[in-house]
Amino acid sequence: MKLPEIPTDPLNHGQQQSQSASLSAQKISVAYGTHLAVNGVDLDAHGGQIGAIIGANGCGKSTFLRALARLVKPQGGTVILNGHDIAKLPTKRVATQLGILPQSPIAPDGITVFDLVSRGRYPYHRFGSHWSRQDQDAVEHALEVTHMSDFADRSVDQLSGGQRQRAWIALTLAQDTDIVLLDEPTTYLDVAYQLEVLDLLADLNAIDGIIIIMVIHDINLAARYADWILAMKDGTCDTFGTPSEVITPDVIRRVFGMDVRIIQDPESKTPMIIADSRHALGPKREILEKEKL
Amino acid sequence: MLFLCLGCVTLVILSLVSVAIGSRTIPLNEVFHAFSDPADSSVSAAAARLRVPRTILGILAGVALAVAGTLMQGMTRNPLADPSILGLNSGAAFAIVVSMAFFGLNTPKQFIWVALIGSAIAALAVWLLGSMGPSGATILKLTLAGAVVTAMLSSLTSAILLPRIQVISTYRFWQVGGLSGARFALMVPVLPMLIGGLTLALLTIPGINALAMGDELAEGLGSRVKFTRGVAWIAAVLLSAGTTSLAGPIGFVGLVVPHAARLLVGSDYRHILAASAVLGPILLLAADIIGRVLTRPSDVEVGIVTAIIGAPFFIILARGRMLRQV
Amino acid sequence: MNQTNDEKSVALRASFKRAVMVIVSLFILALVLLYIDIIFGDSLYSFTDVMDVIASRAPSGITFVIGELRLPRALTAFACGALFGMAGASFQRLLHNPLASPDIIGITEGANTAAVFGIVVLGISGLELSAFAIVGGLTTAIVVALLTFHHGFAPQRLVLVGIAIGAMLNAIGSWMLIRADQWDIQSASRWLTGSLADSDWTYVIITMITLAIGLIAVMPLSRQLDMLRLGDDVAAGLGVKVGLSRAAIVIIAVLMLSIATSAVGPIAFVSFLAGPIAVRLIHSGSSAIATSGLVGSCLVLGSDVIAQHATGTQFPVGVVTSVIGGPVLVVLMYFSMRKESQL
Repeated sequence: MKLPEIPTDPLNHGQQQSQSASLSAQKISVAYGTHLAVNGVDLDAHGGQIGAIIGANGCGKSTFLRALARLVKPQGGTVILNGHDIAKLPTKRVATQLGILPQSPIAPDGITVFDLVSRGRYPYHRFGSHWSRQDQDAVEHALEVTHMSDFADRSVDQLSGGQRQRAWIALTLAQDTDIVLLDEPTTYLDVAYQLEVLDLLADLNAIDGIIIIMVIHDINLAARYADWILAMKDGTCDTFGTPSEVITPDVIRRVFGMDVRIIQDPESKTPMIIADSRHALGPKREILEKEKL
Repeated sequence: MLFLCLGCVTLVILSLVSVAIGSRTIPLNEVFHAFSDPADSSVSAAAARLRVPRTILGILAGVALAVAGTLMQGMTRNPLADPSILGLNSGAAFAIVVSMAFFGLNTPKQFIWVALIGSAIAALAVWLLGSMGPSGATILKLTLAGAVVTAMLSSLTSAILLPRIQVISTYRFWQVGGLSGARFALMVPVLPMLIGGLTLALLTIPGINALAMGDELAEGLGSRVKFTRGVAWIAAVLLSAGTTSLAGPIGFVGLVVPHAARLLVGSDYRHILAASAVLGPILLLAADIIGRVLTRPSDVEVGIVTAIIGAPFFIILARGRMLRQV
Repeated sequence: MNQTNDEKSVALRASFKRAVMVIVSLFILALVLLYIDIIFGDSLYSFTDVMDVIASRAPSGITFVIGELRLPRALTAFACGALFGMAGASFQRLLHNPLASPDIIGITEGANTAAVFGIVVLGISGLELSAFAIVGGLTTAIVVALLTFHHGFAPQRLVLVGIAIGAMLNAIGSWMLIRADQWDIQSASRWLTGSLADSDWTYVIITMITLAIGLIAVMPLSRQLDMLRLGDDVAAGLGVKVGLSRAAIVIIAVLMLSIATSAVGPIAFVSFLAGPIAVRLIHSGSSAIATSGLVGSCLVLGSDVIAQHATGTQFPVGVVTSVIGGPVLVVLMYFSMRKESQL
């Protein structure tokens, strides 16, 4: 696969600092009312890797991601961002080190792409501070790497699904952080757009060394793009490891409750699941065909 | 069944209490005497006879509003629907004020038709506005459309009223729903309207049951969605406009009762409708009695009491689980 | 804005230029309306008359008419219009809903019912009544906010709770009106319609000070408001203290609204219409709070000119705003319902 050409980073953000950037979670528990959505999950992300969190609906993967981004307050455990307890850091300072893109965000009516992306610079501003050269460069860089420069003056409502998602990713990039968390960045996107968005994230990771952690539905895409995978079940960590460690018939059966075979993805050489189904079972089909006759 | 019987017994007891209680409380035996002996001309007997139309109006209004609310909640699949929330009452009020101010109408009989037209138009406007857009008539949109239409009509109403002090004095009594003006002579012309509404309501019940599963599924099951909704809408307008022309705008009965009924008898609209028709008058008579007892010797109009009971109920619903996905 | 962004930020510059143009034209329009409101009347005065009055060298007749009647009236109209517009727009933006103005979500009803209680039961008027209305509006806002809070904050729930509270308060208000005597009814209905007739310098001072405080407070918060419109999660991710900002915006908006209402009554639909009109004029994703304020001023001043001079009789300004605003409102609702991204 040929990587699209990416302009070099003019400010050289990321690269040096990101080697030391780290995000870790210790025994995170989050409760909604009496229901324990996340129960004692650990994580240690550093060194410019892509991580994927997978699991069945309602397993607490989104909640865990929100806890990592201090969007929900955990009842137990701490999140450590670059060596500091995230709960004790001023929220604006967190926003300069960690960006979060929630699931299917909604843009205000009539906002242009440039305007939307420039809001990513909020954490760098105090009341009355000017729009600086650095802000301008960061926004332009974000637009360029997401290939959205040509759409800067367009209204967000006029964009296609993939373009819109790229605009939101550009907002998160304009934030200029070493860590980016994304909640299901590919939901509601066509297959081609899903790959487009994930390729973009992979490029950003490869070139700027940004740590990426995403919640993602599609197990095969997770296996293809991630360096590590966290499989969650009922609010706890079931398995953590490289894709070939996590994507096994046993784990998938435990976490998703379905039987699969694993083959090698011929494109990326990563593990790939093939779901069993009654329909696919040879004998069954034979029986059906006999009955037809 | 047991529940329906219990409900009917409660209703009978409440009706008797409603006749007995007021600024002058009449012992029950005197109540019976007043009706068994037409010659009884004591003050108590006269008072009891006066309270009979009031009680009957309470029962009629209770049935009509509860059934109208059930229909509206069913046809819109909106647990917050109610004739007052969806703008029918303000439509009737506006039409009546216009007719008083510009056409010189002032007899209650004329108001019946005016109220009918006003609430029909308001209901149509709210439904059309609230159901626009790709996701159709969501709970929030429909409620908002009702609130906006109500706000608009009531501010126009007060703009019309302001320079007309005479009209204000007539209107302000009408504006608060009350049963105290009940007279048989006025109820008679409205009866066909209420009976028509109830008949239509009974006819649409199977359709409403199908609608509960969503428009597309209902259509797939062979139900004529638009037709059902149209008929249910006509029935609800007839019932609530009929009541409004007699008793003024009484809010929240149509909201509260169907929910209580659903709790008691489950989700089949045949049962809900029957239970609502019993619970509605119970609630209305109880509210009327409370209003009479609370500030004796004067009354608190039943519309005030139902609003004060109903609004917290609405809020509980809005906070509840079923509206998580408004 | 400095020159660093002169290369590619065409989008930003164009919308900024448009915003400046809109604000300047609105300001000029407001001044023109203010001027018309002052010079027209039973007797027509010239610009020099007005200047004479301000310099206090005019004859006492003119000084009274302009200085004590028309000038305070026009200035109150300007200030209250701005307050209504800013408060309404703040609520609409905060609740992500162009229909969620304070007159829909119960807060105006709170002030109204308190005022009716004050007039009918307590028999108060003037400043006492205003104070009472402010307390009513604030209390209602607090109650609505408290009842909304349930496993976090949801704008939709606030709208629904507000509608219910408003309906209940309305019922209580009309019940009190039944028991009122003729004279009280008239002053209550006058109050409920919204009227500038009682404006004097006290109200000018109060509302102008509120306007100044409101502007100073809203300007830094409007940035947070812009962020909140991206959704709570995005805003929080960008470092906005969501709960705190929201509370601050609500408190300021409710104060602006209640004080304006207490001075002139609930002039119908100004807080409802100003925000959407401003957004359509500016045509960008910004919250346009200050612009909404100017639109509000123009609406109230223009309606007052119409109310006083368009027909033979003089109407309270609220009559004009309801008659004109009602249909506009339905059109606005038509568009926002069709375009659901706003709801």
